[in-house]
Amino acid sequence: MSTLTDDTLPITPQAMRDEMIVFAGMAVLLGLVPLTGIYPFFVMQALCFALLACAFNLLIGYGGLLSFGHAMFLGTAGYCSAHALKVWGVTPEVGILVGVAGAAALSVVTGFISIRRQGIYFSMITLALSQLLYFIYLQAPFTHGEDGIQGIPQGYLFGIFNLAKPTVLYYVVLAGFLGGFLLIYRTINSPFGEVLKAIRENEPRAISLGYKTDQYKLLAFILSGTIAGFAGSLKVFVAQNASLTDVHWTMSGEIVLMTLVGGLGTVFGPVVGAFVIIAMQQYLAGFGQWVTVIQGVIFVACVLTFRRGIIGEIAHYFRRSL
Amino acid sequence: MQALYAQLLVGLINGSFYALLSLGLAVIFGMLNIINFAHGALYMMGAFCAYFLLHLTGIGYWWALIIAPIVVGIFGMILERTMLQWLAGLDHLYGLLLTFGIALIVQGVFQNYFGSSGLPYAIPDYPEVGGFRGLQGGMNLGFMFLPIYRGWVVVFSLVVCLATWFLIEKTRLGANLRAATENPTLVRAFGINVPRMITLTYGLGVGLAALAGVLSAPINQVRPLMGADLIIVVFAVVVIGGMGSIMGSIITGFALGVIEGLTKYFYPEASNTVVFVLMVLVLLLKPTGLTGRAA
Repeated sequence: MSTLTDDTLPITPQAMRDEMIVFAGMAVLLGLVPLTGIYPFFVMQALCFALLACAFNLLIGYGGLLSFGHAMFLGTAGYCSAHALKVWGVTPEVGILVGVAGAAALSVVTGFISIRRQGIYFSMITLALSQLLYFIYLQAPFTHGEDGIQGIPQGYLFGIFNLAKPTVLYYVVLAGFLGGFLLIYRTINSPFGEVLKAIRENEPRAISLGYKTDQYKLLAFILSGTIAGFAGSLKVFVAQNASLTDVHWTMSGEIVLMTLVGGLGTVFGPVVGAFVIIAMQQYLAGFGQWVTVIQGVIFVACVLTFRRGIIGEIAHYFRRSL
Repeated sequence: MQALYAQLLVGLINGSFYALLSLGLAVIFGMLNIINFAHGALYMMGAFCAYFLLHLTGIGYWWALIIAPIVVGIFGMILERTMLQWLAGLDHLYGLLLTFGIALIVQGVFQNYFGSSGLPYAIPDYPEVGGFRGLQGGMNLGFMFLPIYRGWVVVFSLVVCLATWFLIEKTRLGANLRAATENPTLVRAFGINVPRMITLTYGLGVGLAALAGVLSAPINQVRPLMGADLIIVVFAVVVIGGMGSIMGSIITGFALGVIEGLTKYFYPEASNTVVFVLMVLVLLLKPTGLTGRAA
């Protein structure tokens, strides 16, 4: 049985160097965005989703765990941050901290429950847990139900950076994205990441070698959920609202789609996938509901003919790891 | 007390849908090793099929109960032959992703043509038997008022569930099917066409979903997203029951419907979430599910 991410190349100094070059190129390109005429709001949104997709990819690509409920971390961190900022009137850095803490706490609980089953059962459990949260947020008073939390003040980050200015906000979001990305990159290239890959390839064997695989999987789940939450907190400053759409399971599906299009288990795939999908939603908005159909077609096409995704295909062609 | 019985009945009806859907999922999972995420969309297609039959051709409910599952079942078999077939031997998760994509396409197309609001489908008023006009109206049982249609749904789906159980567990065809699940190569060596059996099995599972759709059309409105949220509850039902046995799916389906109905009576705020909460409890106490084998 082939796993979701076959032919992963070993980590060589060459591969590390390739990845560092691509990373530097990506950072420079993204840093130049405000100088071009590109709508910064679109790129900021894409960056939030890119970080979210990278966090999701940490689980599926390196741990073999397909979470179909990752939207719950996005939404939970969003609600926590939004509530802290608007009702408690905290500063932006505290607001982000509250959101990340909320997502981290949630990932501890949901991770503990969901890693008890594997494969498709794991996916169904994460999906069910996120739907449970959806109903809770629908009824809880602090989320304001269908209306969501709106008009969130942006404020001054660390008392210096005025987040109401689009350019300042852009660089803050970019810094957050790059920081999160590097954290994930460091994780997958650490001994911890190696054990995670071993578990993905052959869990019984990893157990027989003495690894407590459940602890590794749980830790990966918590890390992934927390970083996804960080993306959700950043998104609050971009969109200035937190709503039920972010918790709904269709959002979880979109996260899966982004990662699949870019390439499961590739370092840069989720970033490319997020940009492709967000751009598609932006430019195809005029087609209304047909966007759902197009997304479905992409899903089917990816699974049937294009399983490596964009970056995966490129990396495979050049026999490099990206 | 009246309200309690009414909620129990609603619970039994929802339980019938859970049972029919999780039964279909179990049958498909057994042969194809795929969790059919498109199941909700196919359930919706069953309901729409009944709607089209009535409004375009004038074919009523009774024929729709037979025709809709066949039509949707054939659609399912085409899906299996053109797409799902190519995933054999790949990770299970690809099947989940592919069927998720199919669900998006099917639901998206219906949403484009019918919006998100519901279309009405009337309860049939024929045949007339002993003072009752078809399945309309109700009867007074003394302790509660029973709408005929609702009673019919519960009884009919129970019969269908048991018939499916009988087909798979007690007939020669079912024996071949179970054998092919265990060891397809060996069963092929006996001259049984396993790929065709897989296709037919998918058709059967999909047909069960479509049948549930027709049954639900007069109760719930016919909507493009009617299956989308239901399928997640059914997934929770599957996690609770496990995919181990056919009977397990049926019993778990009905039982959870009833528990949901009771919650609606005693603590309505939790009625949407009780199935998921139960899922968490079962996972904590018995991770393999109530009747399940280890995945």
